[in-house]
Amino acid sequence: MNKIRKYSRHPGLNMGSTDPETHEAAETLLFGFWVFLMSDLVLFALLFADYAAQSQHGVAGGPTPGDILDLKNPFIETMLLLVSSFTFGLAALAMKYRQDRTRLVFWLVVTFALGAGFVGLEVYDFTDMISKGHGPQTSGFLSAFFLLVGTHGIHVSSGLIWLLVLLVQVFVFGLNRNVKTRLMRLAIFWHMLDVVWIGIFTFVYLFGVA
Amino acid sequence: MTGQPFDYFWLGKLSIDSLPFVEFIRDPNSNTAVGAFAKAAAIGGAMGLMVLLTVFGKWRVFWHEWLTSLDAKKIGIMYIVLAMVMLLRAVIEAGFMRAQQMLAVEQPGPLAPEHFGELFSTHGTIMIFFMAMPFLIGIINVVMPLQIGARDVKFPLLNAISLALTAAGAVLIMISLVIGKFSTGGWSGYPPFTELAFNPGAGVDYWIWAVTLSSIGNTLTGINFAVTIYKLRAPGMTWFRMPLFSWTALCTSIIMIFAMMPLTVATLMLALDRYAGFHFFTNALGGNMMNYTNLFWLFGHPEVYIVILPAFGVFSEVFSTFSGKRLYGYHSLVFATMAIAVLSFCVWLHHFFTMGETADLNAAFGIATMLIGVPTGVKVYDWLLTMVRGRVRLTTAMLFSIMFMVTFVIGGLTGVILANPPVDFAVHNSLFLVAHFHNMLIPGTLFGMFAAYYVWFPKMFGFRLSEKWGRISFWCWSFGFYLAFMPLYALGLMGAMRRSAQWFDPQYLPWLVVAFCGALLILAGLASQVVQLWVSIRDRDTTRVPGGDPWDGRSLEWSMSAPPPEYNFAVIPQVHDRDAFTWMKKNGTSYTAPEHYEDIKMPKNSIVAPVICALTAALGFALTWHIWWLTIASFIAVWATVIARSFCQNTEETIPASQVREEHERWLRSVKALKPAPREHETTSANQGLAEVVV
Ligand code: HEM
Ligand SMILES: [Cu+2]
Repeated sequence: MNKIRKYSRHPGLNMGSTDPETHEAAETLLFGFWVFLMSDLVLFALLFADYAAQSQHGVAGGPTPGDILDLKNPFIETMLLLVSSFTFGLAALAMKYRQDRTRLVFWLVVTFALGAGFVGLEVYDFTDMISKGHGPQTSGFLSAFFLLVGTHGIHVSSGLIWLLVLLVQVFVFGLNRNVKTRLMRLAIFWHMLDVVWIGIFTFVYLFGVA
Repeated sequence: MTGQPFDYFWLGKLSIDSLPFVEFIRDPNSNTAVGAFAKAAAIGGAMGLMVLLTVFGKWRVFWHEWLTSLDAKKIGIMYIVLAMVMLLRAVIEAGFMRAQQMLAVEQPGPLAPEHFGELFSTHGTIMIFFMAMPFLIGIINVVMPLQIGARDVKFPLLNAISLALTAAGAVLIMISLVIGKFSTGGWSGYPPFTELAFNPGAGVDYWIWAVTLSSIGNTLTGINFAVTIYKLRAPGMTWFRMPLFSWTALCTSIIMIFAMMPLTVATLMLALDRYAGFHFFTNALGGNMMNYTNLFWLFGHPEVYIVILPAFGVFSEVFSTFSGKRLYGYHSLVFATMAIAVLSFCVWLHHFFTMGETADLNAAFGIATMLIGVPTGVKVYDWLLTMVRGRVRLTTAMLFSIMFMVTFVIGGLTGVILANPPVDFAVHNSLFLVAHFHNMLIPGTLFGMFAAYYVWFPKMFGFRLSEKWGRISFWCWSFGFYLAFMPLYALGLMGAMRRSAQWFDPQYLPWLVVAFCGALLILAGLASQVVQLWVSIRDRDTTRVPGGDPWDGRSLEWSMSAPPPEYNFAVIPQVHDRDAFTWMKKNGTSYTAPEHYEDIKMPKNSIVAPVICALTAALGFALTWHIWWLTIASFIAVWATVIARSFCQNTEETIPASQVREEHERWLRSVKALKPAPREHETTSANQGLAEVVV
C-alpha cells in the first residue's frame, strides 16, 4: 500500500519533504475535503443562477442593482479577503518549512483579523441597506442578493470560528498531525471562499453598477 | 390549527389543537378515527420498542453495539431497519389512500380532503427520503466496503452522522403524525401553495425540516462513499475489476454529491420565504415559483437515478450469481451506468413540460429523456444474456429480479410515451403518471432492495431467510403490483387526476376497486415478509451459514465469515480477477491462512452521532413550532458537539495481530468441518455457507 501512496499526490500543500507521515495521512483526507468543496461550489453555483434570474426579473418596481450597489466598500472587502488569503499562504509556508509555531500563529492571527474586518464591513453594509429600506423583504432581487452574499459571509464567519478552534488546538496539542491536516483543509476552504468572492464582486457588484 | 398557543415563549405555536386525539374527542367521525388510529399506532410502536428493550434488558447492548457504533455494517443495518419501519408506515398509508379513492366516487368518502392531502404528502416523502434512500444507503454501507476489500468507509464518524441526520428527519415525520399536522403540498412541496400566504400552519415546516435534514445527510453520504471507492480499493482491484454493485454505488454517490444540494437550497429558500418574509417563490414582489420548480427537479430527476442505479447493481450481482456465470457485457454495463448518471442531469425539465417553456425547449428535453432508454435497454440485454446458458436457480432474490426485468420494461415504455411533450400535455399529473412512476419505483428500486435483502441477509446475520415465505411474499407483491397499478394507466387516460380526494365519474369505480384489491395483496406481501422474518429468526439454527458463502458468491464479500468480523478482512486480499472470490475458489486460495497478520486500527465507538441525532431532531421540531430558545440552544449545541469532538485525540483502537490470527484461524478450522453444498441443495439445511467448487 505504501508503494501506491508514495507516488500519489494531493492538491494542497505538499508536506512530503519535511513530514512524510502527515503527507501520507493528508492524501485521502484532502481528497475527501476537495469533494466536499465541490458540493459546496454547487451551492454557490445555484445561488449565482438564482441571483442572475431574480436580479433581472425580480425587481418588482423596487430598486435595481444599479440604484443601490456601489463599489467602495465591496472593493475594500475584496482587498481584505485577498490579502487574508495571502497571509494564510504565509502561515502555511511557516508550517511547512519552519515548523515555527510563533510565526504560524502570527500569520493566522493576521488572517483572522483581516477576515473579521471583511465580515464586519459586510455586516455594516447589510445593516446600512436594511436601514435605507432595501432589506431582503423588499423584492425578489434583494432576497437573492442577501442570500448569495450572505451565504458567502456565513461561510467566512464559520471559517473564522474554525480558525479560532485551530488556534486553540495549536496551543493545546502543538503541531501534531491532526492539527496540521486541519490547517491544510481550512486553508483550501479559505482560498475557495476567495474565488467565490471574486465571482460575487464581478457578477454582483461590477456588473451591477455597470 | 388556529387555537391559542399555550405559552409562546416556551412552547411556540403549540396549542391544545396540536395535541393528539383532541380532534377525535371533539368530533368523532371516520376521518378523525383514522387519524387517531395512526397516532395510537405511532405512540404504541415507540412505547412497545422501549418496553421490549427494558424487558429484555437490552438498552446497554442497543447503545454500545448499535447506536454508538461506527462500523459501516452496523450503520448499514440501522439504515435498513429505519427504511423498513418507514416502508411499513408508507404502505399502510397507501392502503388508506386506495380505500378513500375507491369509496369517494360521487360521494365524499371516509377521509376529509386535507387528511387525504397529508396522506399522499407523507407517503411520497417517506417513500423517497426515508424508505428508498436509507434502504439503498444501508445496503451500500454493508456491501460496498466488503466488495472492494476495505475495512470500513473512509470517514466512519461522518457515516454515523449522516445516519443521525436522516434518522432525525424520520423522527420529525413520525412526530408530525402525533403532534400537529403534516404538509398537504405533496412530496414536491410546490410553492406558492406551500408559502405562508396559503399554508400558515406547521405542516409545511415539518416537511421542510425533515427533508432538509435528510438531504444534508445524503450529501455527506455521497462524499463518503465516493472517497471510499476512489481511495480504499484492495490492491489489484483496478476500476474494471470492481464488482458492478460497487460501480453503481460510485455513480449514485457522485450524483448525490451534485444533486442533493439543489434540494437543500430549495427547501432553505422556501424556509426563508416562510420565516423571514423573503420573496423567492411568492406570488408578489418579484418572487417566482419557477425558480423552485427548476431547483426541485434539478434534484428530483437525478434522484430517481440515485434510487434506481444501486438496484441495477443488485440485479447485476443477482443475475450473475444465480446463473452461475460471469456477468455478460460488464464493460457495457459500466458505461451504461455512467451514461445514465450523466444524462440524469440533462432531463429535469420533463417534469414541467406544461409550465410555460417554448416548444423547442420541450422538444430538446423530450429527446434527451428518450435517450436514457438507450443505456437502460443495453442493461436489460446484458442481464438477459447473463442468464442465457447459465444454470439459473430461482431463489427469492432471483424471482424478484426477473419480475423486475419484465415489469420495468413496461414502465420504461410508458416513460418514453410521457417523454413526448404533446402526449404529456394530455396526461400530465394524471393517474397515468402515478402508474408510470410506481411502475419504475416498485419493481425497480423496491424489488431491487428486496433482492439485496434476500441475498445479503445471511451475510449480515449468519443465517438464511425462509424461502417459502419469501416466495409467498414475492407472488403477493407481484400480482399486487399489477392489480394496483395497471388500472391507474386506464384511469389516467380516462381523465382521473392525481392527488384527487373525490371523483365525479362513476365509470372509474371498477378500476378503483381492482386497484384497491391490488393494494390489499401488497399489504399481504408485506405481512408475509414480517412473518418471514419471524419464522426465519425462530428457525435460525437450521439455516446457519457459518462458512459465509451461501450462494456460491463471486465477489469478495463472500470470502469471510457470516457475520463478518468488525475489521472485515483479517488480511486485505490481493485481487486477481473481476470475480475475485470465484478466482480464489478456483485457484485454491480461498480459506487459506496468510503468512502473517498485522495489527488493525479501527475507530472507537462514539456518542457524537446519537447526540447529533437528538439535537437536530430538537432543532427541526423547534423551528417547526417557532420555539426560538430551543432553536438557538440546539443549533449551538450541535456545533459545540462537533468542536468538542475535534479535541478528542484517541479515536482509534488497535486490534492486536495475535487476536486477529486467533479469530481467523478459528473460523478457518470451522470451515474445514463444513460439508460443501451443491447448488441443488442451496435452499436446504445442507447449505452451511460452503459452496461446492466446480472446476
Ligand atoms: C407499495 C405499494 C404502493 C402503493 C399502493 C402506493 C400508492 C400510492 C397512491 C395511492 C398515491 C397517491 C396517488 C395520487 O396522487 O392520487 C401514491 C403517491 C406516491 N407514491 Fe406510492 N404507493 C406505493 C409504493 C410507493 C413506493 C415504493 C414509492 C417510492 C419509492 C412511492 C412513491 C410515491 C410518490 C413519490 C407519490 C407522490 C406523492 C405526491 O403526490 O406528492 N410509492 N402512491
Ligand atoms: Cu425525471
